[in-house]
Amino acid sequence: MTVAGTLTRTGRGSRPAWLAVLVLLAVVAVLLSLGLGAQTVHPADVWQAIVDPDTSDATAVVRELRGPRTVLGVLCGLALGAAGALMQGHTRNPIADPGLLGVSAGASLGVVVAIAFLGIGTFHGYIWFGFAGALAASVLVFALGSAGSHGPTPVTLALAGMALSALLASFTSSILIGNPETMSVFRFWVVGSLAGRDMTTAWEVAPFILAGLVLAAVNSPALNALGLGEDVARALGQNIALARTAGVAAVVLLAGAATAAVGPLVFAGLIVPHLARVITGPDHRWLIPFSALLGVSLVLLADVTGRMVARPAELQTGIVLAVVGAPFFIWLVRRIRMVRL
Amino acid sequence: MSSTLLELPGRRVLRAGPVSAVVPVRTVVVTVLALLATVAVGVLAVGRGDFPMTPQTVWEVATGGGTRIERHILLNLRLPRVLCGLLAGAALAVAGALTQTFARNPLASPDVLGVTFGASAGAVTAIVLGGVTGAVGVPLAALAGALLSAAVIYLLAWRQGIDGYRLVLIGLGAGQLLAGYTSWVLLRAEQVDLTRANIWLSGSLAGRDWTHVRPLAAALLVLLPAALAVTVALRVLQFGEDTARGLGLRLQTAQLGVVVVAAALAAAAVASAGPIEFVAFVVPQIALRLCGGSRPPLVASAVFGALLVVGCDLLARIVIAPAELPVGLVTAMVGTPYLLWLLLRRSRRTSA
Repeated sequence: MTVAGTLTRTGRGSRPAWLAVLVLLAVVAVLLSLGLGAQTVHPADVWQAIVDPDTSDATAVVRELRGPRTVLGVLCGLALGAAGALMQGHTRNPIADPGLLGVSAGASLGVVVAIAFLGIGTFHGYIWFGFAGALAASVLVFALGSAGSHGPTPVTLALAGMALSALLASFTSSILIGNPETMSVFRFWVVGSLAGRDMTTAWEVAPFILAGLVLAAVNSPALNALGLGEDVARALGQNIALARTAGVAAVVLLAGAATAAVGPLVFAGLIVPHLARVITGPDHRWLIPFSALLGVSLVLLADVTGRMVARPAELQTGIVLAVVGAPFFIWLVRRIRMVRL
Repeated sequence: MSSTLLELPGRRVLRAGPVSAVVPVRTVVVTVLALLATVAVGVLAVGRGDFPMTPQTVWEVATGGGTRIERHILLNLRLPRVLCGLLAGAALAVAGALTQTFARNPLASPDVLGVTFGASAGAVTAIVLGGVTGAVGVPLAALAGALLSAAVIYLLAWRQGIDGYRLVLIGLGAGQLLAGYTSWVLLRAEQVDLTRANIWLSGSLAGRDWTHVRPLAAALLVLLPAALAVTVALRVLQFGEDTARGLGLRLQTAQLGVVVVAAALAAAAVASAGPIEFVAFVVPQIALRLCGGSRPPLVASAVFGALLVVGCDLLARIVIAPAELPVGLVTAMVGTPYLLWLLLRRSRRTSA
C-alpha cells in the first residue's frame, strides 16, 4: 500500500514537487536512451558527446544513431501523453485514446495506400501520407460528430470516431488482404517503433507537435469548465463549439504528427492520462503537462527496453509498451483508486 | 382500471389479472420487421452460389422436397454457413449490448473483457507458431484464448468485489498486452501464414460447416436466455451502483452474471466466425437509435446482428465474385455508415 499511501497523501499542494520528479524522470529516460543499446556508452561520454562532440565512436553512436530516435521519442511522448489527456477529457470517456478521432485509422490507410499503390517503402516516405490520412479522417470525424443540433457532444464525438475508425480500418484490411506484399511492409509500421527514423523526421513533425502543445495548454481551462457539464460551462461564459474545436485540433496535430512519424503507439496515449490523474487529480491545467512528461518517460523507457532485451537485435517500441506497460498499468489499477472522469 | 400513471410515450401497458407488463411498441415493431428481413435475406443467401436456387426451390427443400443434389448443396454446404453467420451475429450483438450497458459506455465492446484480443492471440498463435490449419484447431485455439483471457482479467479486477470501472481499465490494459503479443507473432510470420492469419482476424464465414454451427447453437441455446435474465439486473444497474445496491440488487452476483454471459457469447461467436468486431459495437447502437430508450435493447440487437452479418456475407460473395471478401470487412462498410447516418439525423438525444 506504500504507493497508494504516498499518492493519496500528496494532496494538491505538492504538485510543483511532483512536476520536478516527472521532469527528472524524463531527463533520466533521455540519458538512458542516449547511453544504452547494443553498445553501452558511459554517462560521462554521453555528456561529452552532447556538450563537446569529438571524433570518438561514442560520440558517433550518441549523436548519429541514438540522438535522432531520442529526440523523436521525446516529441512523440509529449504529443501522445497530452493528446490522450485531451481526448479523454473531451469525450469524458476513460476508454478514449488519441486514435479515437480516426487518427490511427486514417494514418494507417494513408500509409497502406502509399505502399500498395505508389510503391513507397521507406518510413520517411510514408510520413506525409500518414499525416494527410490522419488529418482527413479527423476532420471528417469531427464534422460528423458535431453535425447534430447540439454541436459536438462527448457521446457523438466518441461514436463518430469509433464508427469511422472501424470503416477506415476495413478499407485498410481489404487492401492488405489483396496485397500480401504490402502487408509484409505495413506490419512493421503498424506496431509502432522509433527505429530507423532520422533527424529529418523529427524536424518535420516538430512544428506540428509544438503548435499542438500550445493549443492544448490554451484549451485546458475551457476543458475544466466543460467537465462540469455543458450547461454549466455555457453559464460560465464558455463558447462550447470553439473550445471543442480547439481541443480536437490539438489532438489531431499532436496524435497525427506522432502517429505519422513512429506508427500508432496507441497504448501510451491511453494509459498515461490515467497515471497522471492519480498524481494530480482531474484539473486539466496540471493534467495535460503531467501527461506529456509521463508520455516522454514511458515512450523512451519502452524504446530502451526494446533495445536491451533482444540485443543485438531489438524489439519494437509498440510491442514493449504493450507487453511491459500493460502489466504495470494493471498492477497500478489494482493498487490505487483511479480518478474517475 | 386506469393506467394514466404508467403511460409513457411509445409504451403500452398490458394487463391480465394481477400480471401487467409494459410493452415498448416501437421496439416490438422494429424487431418484427427486422426478423422478417432476416428471414428474407437468409433465403436469398442460401440460394446464392455457383448452383443458384430460387426461393421457391429453397422452400421445396425446406419442406422435404427437392432433388438429391439440391438437398445436398443446400443442407450440407450453404445452410451451415448462413446459420453460422446468423448465430455469430446475434451472439456478438448481444455481447456488445451487455458490455455497453454494463460499463455505461457506448465504446465498451467485448474487447474490454479481453475476449476478442484473447481469441485473436490464440488463433494467431495456432496459425503462425503452431502451423495449425484444420477447421477445428483454429476455432479451439481462439476459444481457449478468449475464455482464458476473460477469466484472468476478471480475477485481476477482483479486489474485495468487482468494480465496473476497474474491470474496464484492467480489460483495456490486458487487451493491449494481448494485441502487442499478436503483433509480435505476426512480425515473425511467413507470407502464407500472414495472409491466413489476416483473413481470420478480419472475421470470415468461408468454409463453415456443421462442426462450427453445432457448438455455437448449443452455446446460444443456454446463453441467450441467460442474457435476457441478466438484463433485469442491468436495468437497475443503469441508475448507478449505489442505487442498485439500495434497491436490493445483489450487485456482485449480478455483475458476475453479466460479465460471464457477455464473455461466453463473444467467445463462442469469435471462435466460429473470427473477430467480426464491428458488430458488437455498431449493432447495439443502431438498435438503440431505432428502438429509442436509454440502453441497447437485447432482442432487437440479436436480430439486427444476425441480419447484418448474413446480409453482409451475401454481399461479400457478390461484390468481387467469384472471389469473396471476409465478412468482417463488409459489416464495417455497411454497418458503420448506417450508424453515422443515424447519428446525423438524430432526432432525439440518447445516452449510452
